[in-house]
Amino acid sequence: MHELAICQALIEQIETIVHRHEASEAKRIELRIGPLSGVEPQLVEQAFPVASAGTVAADAVLVIDSLPVNVHCSRCGSTSSVLPNRLVCANCGDWHTTLLSGDELQLFRVELVAGTPDDKSTGTAPERASGRTVN
Amino acid sequence: MCDTCGCNVTPGNAELLKPGGKLSKTTGGHEAIGVLQGLLHENDHTAAHNREHFRKHGVLAVNLMSSPGAGKTSLLEATIEALKEELSMAVIEGDLETENDADRIRRHGVEAVQITTGSACHLDAHMVHEALHRLDLASLDIVFIENVGNLVCPASFDLGQQSNVTLLSVTEGDDKPAKYPVMFRASDLVLLSKSDLLPVLGDFSPDTARHHLQQLANPAPVYEVSARNGSGMKHWLHWLLHEMSQLEQQSGAIHPVVETAGPATCLVLP
Repeated sequence: MHELAICQALIEQIETIVHRHEASEAKRIELRIGPLSGVEPQLVEQAFPVASAGTVAADAVLVIDSLPVNVHCSRCGSTSSVLPNRLVCANCGDWHTTLLSGDELQLFRVELVAGTPDDKSTGTAPERASGRTVN
Repeated sequence: MCDTCGCNVTPGNAELLKPGGKLSKTTGGHEAIGVLQGLLHENDHTAAHNREHFRKHGVLAVNLMSSPGAGKTSLLEATIEALKEELSMAVIEGDLETENDADRIRRHGVEAVQITTGSACHLDAHMVHEALHRLDLASLDIVFIENVGNLVCPASFDLGQQSNVTLLSVTEGDDKPAKYPVMFRASDLVLLSKSDLLPVLGDFSPDTARHHLQQLANPAPVYEVSARNGSGMKHWLHWLLHEMSQLEQQSGAIHPVVETAGPATCLVLP
């Protein structure tokens, strides 16, 4: 439900990065979204075209990686891969565990096209506003 | 996580990002930028700002989350009645529409700022920041942030709170922590609300709810409370006061210590 808001935050970050690197647009955007982040990758993929319309990320390919939910057990010391709603140690069953991966919500990497930003970077307000309401 | 000290570059990914590393160049010759920044960077930045505001004024900020109708506003009304003689409180109310909840709070003589989110299913740090500008933090001890009723989205947005409290009403399923692990994993306290209904419902087991929470490796306490008949309220109020004392320890001597000849004042809980 909040994936559109996440995408809009993503686009703002991409715009900052494109301008900082004096690029013209983003070509590929890689995200890391863990099962425990509370964000559904499939819904992000659906919201992305809406949020990116008229921006420097309009033609970018979105790639989403998910890391496994891994925990470290403070009782037996082992590391195990577990289900998002069962974070107990898979080895000894103890619940005193620490999450090692699985809650990521990260912009990992961006590929940029060199050149100065053209009109894509300035997507007009009405265009973007109408894009948001499509959802 | 942050993007300034490099704490989000882990041993697992650092190699890939070094010059010449697998991820430093692309096949198409485009420039590849390793970012490793939280997707909610802007929100997190504002949340840190809010947190600093609260800390500077020695205010405990509690984010209350639950499904719609779990009894957040009723709990706050009972809490205000129990503590209003001793503590100064304010409430930030998040709802899609109406000022109804804020009006209920105001009837108890406590300031309430209503945020109407329109179609947004959660509060974010920016909304809370704007609401903070309408409160005099210097005169407050506790700010309750009553989030939008929703067990999914609010869990992803840091608001700058000190503590997350999640209400699970006993009219819901006792397996809610297993169904909504993101929110219940982030909870510092879980309140099983409307506990006065337990005898007539029969199919909600507080122990099962506790078990599911433990399966999320969350050591948070679970209290049964009823805002209607007051049972269990003292555990919640004690927890609040404990959180306040923790905050004071963390912030150093924010409140001036006044030495008096008489006995130390203390709060008497119902």
